[in-house]
Amino acid sequence: MSIKIENLTHIYNPKSPFETIALDKINLDIQVGEFIGLIGHTGSGKSTLTQHLNGLLKPTTGKIFINGMDITDKSVKMTDIRKKVGLVFQYPEHQLFEETVYKDIAFGPMNLGLSEAEITIRVKEAMELVKLPYEGLIDRSPFELSGGQRRRVAIAGVLAMRPEVLILDEPTAGLDPKGRDEILSQIKELHNQMGNTVILVSHSMEDIAKLVDRIIVMHKGTVALIGTARNVFQQVEKLESIGLGIPQISYLMKKLKTIDPNFKDDIFTVEDAKEEILKWIRRRENA
Amino acid sequence: MLKDITIGQYYPTGSLLHRLDPRTKIIATFAIIAGLFIGINFISYGLVTLFIFACIFISKIPVRFLVKGLKPLRIIILITFLINIFMTSGEVIYSFGRFNITREGLYLGTFMAIRLALLVIGTSLLTLTTSPITLTDGIESLLKPFKKIGVPAHELAMMMTIALRFIPTLLEETDKIMKAQMARGADFESGNIINRAKGLVPLLVPLFISAFRRADELAMAMEARCYRGGENRTRMKQLNMTGVDFISLSIVGILLILLIYIRIIA
Repeated sequence: MSIKIENLTHIYNPKSPFETIALDKINLDIQVGEFIGLIGHTGSGKSTLTQHLNGLLKPTTGKIFINGMDITDKSVKMTDIRKKVGLVFQYPEHQLFEETVYKDIAFGPMNLGLSEAEITIRVKEAMELVKLPYEGLIDRSPFELSGGQRRRVAIAGVLAMRPEVLILDEPTAGLDPKGRDEILSQIKELHNQMGNTVILVSHSMEDIAKLVDRIIVMHKGTVALIGTARNVFQQVEKLESIGLGIPQISYLMKKLKTIDPNFKDDIFTVEDAKEEILKWIRRRENA
Repeated sequence: MLKDITIGQYYPTGSLLHRLDPRTKIIATFAIIAGLFIGINFISYGLVTLFIFACIFISKIPVRFLVKGLKPLRIIILITFLINIFMTSGEVIYSFGRFNITREGLYLGTFMAIRLALLVIGTSLLTLTTSPITLTDGIESLLKPFKKIGVPAHELAMMMTIALRFIPTLLEETDKIMKAQMARGADFESGNIINRAKGLVPLLVPLFISAFRRADELAMAMEARCYRGGENRTRMKQLNMTGVDFISLSIVGILLILLIYIRIIA
């Protein structure tokens, strides 16, 4: 599913004292099957941008094409867009409402007008994707589950619609480290398995560095930086000037480079750093 | 869609009207409401209209904004107008079928429509120029004399403050949940009344859960800071009536007396 955004501008509360320009002439191209990381400060326009992608917000000006289809066009049916683009909001567990886990996950597919048999298949599949035991949970109330489980039920609710583009807004906010790692690795696995386009909104440079193909950095409603993790994290000054940074491990590697210039400093994950340091130790031992 | 609600909204411009003591504005608003019911002809309404428009001018709030606030009420105003036109007996000036339009009806209908519109504009002017917090401070202070007969002034004001404070939060929450469910294909806008009511379940259940959670957390946070009601509480911002307040109240007083006078001689 390719996404193309042209000159997208969005203004909240136009012509009132509360007028704010949330998005200012955004231009973006996202290819089929890409894993995109979207970072930026609170109020940088990340959420506004993601909500445009499945038609929840309409642009003030500009166009959005999903697979060549202009979704800002009035004649486009909303259900068609939502079938293609799944959006998992921040704290998605707050949207749970049904009596049972099964019914809640089935809500999306049901709205798509699928048959009962198809819905069962979808629910099963979605629960497998987020590693929830189907038999053990379907008849439980979502409100008696743990926080991490509730969140996974909510994510399954979107996955059950089999979106070709999956957008996750801070899917790990408020989870403990274990829950966070589980969710992120499941998202990565899902991306590898299904080959769908994933857009991950996050504050954590570490998470982004580990997972994504390309990073989009937003600042004050505009795209400040765009590129691979390597490209983006090399522009440390620019990132710091807009109040962001690079993964902590990268700072460590930069420090090490000042001690020994043989160190590579374009390293963004703890794994790679480990390899690099081990290599350096081996080199020293051989020398 | 939820952004269209202007009732109870605060519109900061820093004008003279904004800086008046909330008590002055509350009393003046009640006086204007009373005035609208005392007034019996177009002369008295002309006076009130003039007064309200002068206030709008002083407040620097765009008229367009106030008219937008009338929008949700247009149906009520229209129905009032039509009922009065057709249901008043008197000199028939036009009739079709069993319905008669009378001169008196036309007069009364217009009169009622203007009264409703002025009521809404007058009261929304109060909330537009007074922030919710100062408004409740004003109400609390005005209710204080009734404490002796058992009116829990402080508690009422605190409840109002909390309710008002949570309106934007809950609206935001509603908006968020609505969007989250729409992203899952929920449809809140089409279908017949029964389907629409059913469609609200995915919105209301999470909303109630979050409202109760918030209430619980707030109560806990207030208790943690030793809140135990109104006794011996002092406030950071004391309300002070100044010269401008007394002048404003005098103008409103004169207006009210004029309206009563017009009613007596008419």
